[in-house]
Amino acid sequence: MKMKKLLALVMAGALCLGLLAACGGDSGSNNSGSPSPSESNSAAPSESSSPAPSDSTPPAENSGDAVTIKVGGIGPITGDLAQYGTATAWGAQIAVDEINALNGPVKLDYRFEDDTGVADTAVAAYNQLKDWAKDDALVIYGCTTTGPCVAVASETYADRYFQLTPSASSPDVTADKDNAFQMCFTDPGQGVAAAEYLKSAGLGTKIGVIYNNGDAYSTGIADAFTAKAKELGLDVVATSTFPDDKTTDYTVQLNACKDAGADLVFLPIYYTPASLILAQAKQMGYAPTFFGGDGMDGMLDMEGFDKSLAEGLLLMTPFNAAGTDDRTKSFVEKYQADHGILPNQFAADGYDCMYAIYEACCQIDGVADMDSAALCDALIALFTGGSFSVDGLTGTSMKWLESGEVSKAPVVVKVVDGVYVTQ
Amino acid sequence: MSFLNNVITGISLGSIYAIIALGYTMVYGIAKMLNFAHGDVIMVGGYVCFLAMGSAGLPPAAGVLLAVAVCTVLGIVIERLAYKPLRAAPSLAVLITAIGVSYFLQNSAQILWGADTKIFTPIVGTAGDSSLELIPGQLSISYVAILSVVCCVAVMVALTLFTSQTKLGKAMRACSEDKGAAQLMGIDVNATISMTFAIGSALAAIAGVLMCSAYPILSPTTGSLPGIRAFTAAVFGGIGSVPGALLGGILLGVIETFAKAYISTDLSDAVVFAVLIVVLLVRPAGLLGKYVPEKV
Repeated sequence: MKMKKLLALVMAGALCLGLLAACGGDSGSNNSGSPSPSESNSAAPSESSSPAPSDSTPPAENSGDAVTIKVGGIGPITGDLAQYGTATAWGAQIAVDEINALNGPVKLDYRFEDDTGVADTAVAAYNQLKDWAKDDALVIYGCTTTGPCVAVASETYADRYFQLTPSASSPDVTADKDNAFQMCFTDPGQGVAAAEYLKSAGLGTKIGVIYNNGDAYSTGIADAFTAKAKELGLDVVATSTFPDDKTTDYTVQLNACKDAGADLVFLPIYYTPASLILAQAKQMGYAPTFFGGDGMDGMLDMEGFDKSLAEGLLLMTPFNAAGTDDRTKSFVEKYQADHGILPNQFAADGYDCMYAIYEACCQIDGVADMDSAALCDALIALFTGGSFSVDGLTGTSMKWLESGEVSKAPVVVKVVDGVYVTQ
Repeated sequence: MSFLNNVITGISLGSIYAIIALGYTMVYGIAKMLNFAHGDVIMVGGYVCFLAMGSAGLPPAAGVLLAVAVCTVLGIVIERLAYKPLRAAPSLAVLITAIGVSYFLQNSAQILWGADTKIFTPIVGTAGDSSLELIPGQLSISYVAILSVVCCVAVMVALTLFTSQTKLGKAMRACSEDKGAAQLMGIDVNATISMTFAIGSALAAIAGVLMCSAYPILSPTTGSLPGIRAFTAAVFGGIGSVPGALLGGILLGVIETFAKAYISTDLSDAVVFAVLIVVLLVRPAGLLGKYVPEKV
């Protein structure tokens, strides 16, 4: 009997330890500003890295009067969507380290909280960030995914915090909220751009669409695409759906497109299901042109992915990791050194968000004396003023509309020999 | 022709459900507990095989054996640490513990191997030659599907023979009927239940490798949804019945595929579960389950 009790205790202890380990991993890395569960040694704690950037020169004289703005990030770093959240968090971390090493007039104090991709958790994470900032000026960076972002944006709207999301692309994120801005394209915007591209490039006489109708991102693009395609006179011959990204078999959907004779299949979905679709299409000997949205970015970097499957795939992505400009090269180098994988568009959007916040704060007079609400209003005025623009990895001269939407040029790339080639 | 294609797709999908369901049903049949962590043991099996074949460069057969070994040990450890102390506890406590173990495995996997999706290299066939052409250009069946159907039948026959013919198998059945009486007959109930978990987890490893070969994406949450689907299949066929798991799995796959093809991709899950409800209304113990009235 005693033995049993002991075992019960050990078991309960093991489970608790497991929980603690998971939580400890999160909060520990949150403090260090790098939410990687596996990488904890890469980033020095941001508290110490803001006064003394780790790598380069000792702090210059003006670091004494540099204003520190707190940036609180929210995104999924555990759970199903963890790959997207970690990318946005890591990308932002690189920008923050660079910015703090600049010894400019503004420094960023960055912290990232896990929302597991769930709206309730995101609001809890947001409250934690508010507690962390106390009376200091705080800007919210996130969330990575749409559902949580909509929930948090209505909170930040009421509390008057400026919010910039790297990747939550639904128009619901910014609707009726003057404080919420996006770094990525909106879903309908992307659907319209896709249809216009197909029309102007003369691709696809018969078009099939396969999308995830359980997902706002996918549905948003697909609906706008279908409407625009009809308007432009493109022939959409088959539309097929699947209920969630855990679906593993797409043979039926592909057969529907194949039977309808589609020679181009539009896939406004994420890359994980898309990789299965490409493999299964190949297996059944169906070889149309596949065309995807920005959610497709990242496919080539999946460990073990057979890149020949993606040969000829077209996708719209604002970021090309094979880009040759210095800034992209240096970003990709740092990201690879820290995390061992190539950055995708989520990481690049995160990087750009930090620079947008930094450059905007630099342009605001008297930023040192502002609280979060005053900073929020000043940032809104600047972002919607028309003259503010940011050059980043995902676009040059990016501006923002009053709706909170970003205005930048969509880029279509084609996979040739396993790398992106801009079309 | 598209009808035959759908039949093949359904059987391929169903064979994956079936092989997972066999492990579920085996553990439920003997230990009378729902091991919700089964799906996550499958995921671990997939990762072990992936790492063995990828990073360590072992041949597929060695990868499978290693996955089976690791999962067997993992199954025994989970049983010892999490379930055994709760042997006398109400079944609800064990059920919740199983869900806890499931989350524990998922999060451990994410810490160990990262959140990003990995692409599994199928253990049979190559990218260029992955399926058997029945009618060139029109009808083909993938090698993985053939292998999983063969594995399902082999596992089913082996399990049936094992439980009916061997001494250990008889001990398992005795434990399943009445643990107390079995103990009085000199059967080591704890060892027998541990053995059941070992076999169940070894099956999970095989299921993991086959599932990842058929649908080659691997992430820490890969096992959770197929695990639940397979549980449905096990209930459909009659939980606790080994041939029932096979039948339930294949039927579930075929119904799901037909519902997608001929009714609606949106409603396929609703159709599958509607069929399940109807079956359970008519046969509460599932298709091949034995209905044992509770004596009060």
